[in-house]
Amino acid sequence: MEKKNPFLSQFKSAWAITKKDISIYYLKPPVLIYGFIFPGFLFLAFFLGKNMPFSSLLPVVIVLALFFTSSSVGPIITPWETRMRTLERLVSCPVSLEFILLGDILAGFLFGVGITLILSVFAIPFLSIGLKSITVLLGTILLSGFCFSCLGVLLSAPATDNPSNIMMLSNLVRLPLIFLSGIFIPVNKLPALGRLIARFSPLTYTVDILRSNFYEECIYSPVLSLTALFIFTVVFLFLGMVLHKKNLSKRF
Amino acid sequence: MDLAIEVKGLTKKYANVTAINNIDFQVRKGEIFGFLGPNGAGKTTTQRILTGVITATSGKAFILGYDIKKEAFYAKSRIGVVPELANIYIDLSAWNNLMLIGQLYGVVKEDRIKKSAELLRIFNLYERKDEKAKVFSKGQRQKLLLCMALIHNPQLLFLDEPTSGLDVVSSRLIREMIAKFNREGVTIFLTTHNIQEADELCDRIAVIDHGLIATIDSPENLKKEFQSMQTIEIVFNPQIKSEDDLKKIEYVNKVQKIGDKFKLYTDNPDELIRQLLSFSQKGNLNILSLNTLGPDLEEVFVKITEEHKGWSYGKEKSFSKSV
Repeated sequence: MEKKNPFLSQFKSAWAITKKDISIYYLKPPVLIYGFIFPGFLFLAFFLGKNMPFSSLLPVVIVLALFFTSSSVGPIITPWETRMRTLERLVSCPVSLEFILLGDILAGFLFGVGITLILSVFAIPFLSIGLKSITVLLGTILLSGFCFSCLGVLLSAPATDNPSNIMMLSNLVRLPLIFLSGIFIPVNKLPALGRLIARFSPLTYTVDILRSNFYEECIYSPVLSLTALFIFTVVFLFLGMVLHKKNLSKRF
Repeated sequence: MDLAIEVKGLTKKYANVTAINNIDFQVRKGEIFGFLGPNGAGKTTTQRILTGVITATSGKAFILGYDIKKEAFYAKSRIGVVPELANIYIDLSAWNNLMLIGQLYGVVKEDRIKKSAELLRIFNLYERKDEKAKVFSKGQRQKLLLCMALIHNPQLLFLDEPTSGLDVVSSRLIREMIAKFNREGVTIFLTTHNIQEADELCDRIAVIDHGLIATIDSPENLKKEFQSMQTIEIVFNPQIKSEDDLKKIEYVNKVQKIGDKFKLYTDNPDELIRQLLSFSQKGNLNILSLNTLGPDLEEVFVKITEEHKGWSYGKEKSFSKSV
């Protein structure tokens, strides 16, 4: 069966892989634990009993939900498929590794963005929170969701067939980012070194735009933040593709 | 000549290990080509390169005229693959496994549905199409993998140990299907260490060992090349106690006792039969049965790989033989 346009065909294949990932991985225990339960308890541990109005915590809830859900699906897929020996079958199909990874990224993106949008749609009107721009909110959620999903796929690049090893690595990277990106402690209250490191976290820019969009002054201009998020996305995407390609033959 | 596969100087190195070393061979369209070798010989590595799963360190491979490295999309679109260790998606139903693979090969929905139903019926899985594949036996999973390899009507089918670990009935069904698809025009590249299967199915066989092609020929020609491995099975009455007397007979290269029979290896069965008649008369022995047998492929394979062990790396290239 002749495929006339390889590029278009591979986009369709990437979408087929996304649908496969949705039906197989969304309900896997590591995704549920590290995507929902863990950030939920993290949030409660920090804010319970602090007598803060929930409306002021909404940006934090949105960022935590988006970050953990978007970046939870990617790390599990490749090691799981290596272990289950489905990856070799997939790679022998007429779809390049780049488009296989794109399918995985889209699965993480849809998971994170879907949950975050549901949360936002219910929480914002219910709490009567003023929103400066719905476009900025949507744009930030979409771009950040894609960026975090790329990070998740990048983290699954080491050639292991053990998903728990990758989940550990993933938390080793994600947890420090939570504390260095102004979620629990505002960036301007961090020590000088912390402020410097915060600049190299994509989460910093997501938090900054969302906070400014709800009620606060921002540290960086929204244009700068969106540009930074875009650059992080490109870097994560490029690094993920290169490292996965490099490690592919070690998986079999 | 129309070629399905053309391999030129293919080499794959992993750190300090050379998995395959500068191999050349060709597979003609329409044939069943057996790729035999002991464990670790380089069979699966070769198949993985030919199917575009991994890339070669050097050399070229053309699949149906397309360079598998530079034109992977076009080459992969025309081949079906059953990898040795690959699995189906056990969390998906048999039907959804087929739909997924059909989509990845760009099969339109209508054809996908029609072909999936047809293949599942051929492999006796249609009644279980909606069950999750995790409940399938190894044989059923292997049949489903074959269905997945055939959903886009490939011109060339790569099978890596397709009957390994299966029961007799499943193995036979899969072998029958391989022969059927080949009759319908599909070229088959069969990687196996099952000599009997290769002998039964293949038009030509390549033996690979230590990453080198040791020989390529038809099963019958390979057997003929090893004339010294022709055998005569003989049973005497009364039974002789020692095989030493048989070893002294002219034209006997080797003696093997199997139950009450003696298996005598020779390169001149005609003369040996005369000698055996003389031997039985002198020893006052009756011959209860006498059968002449050509070398079987298993013996040829063992002989080739044993010979190959003695080759130093400096001689490897001259041992490699292209068709």
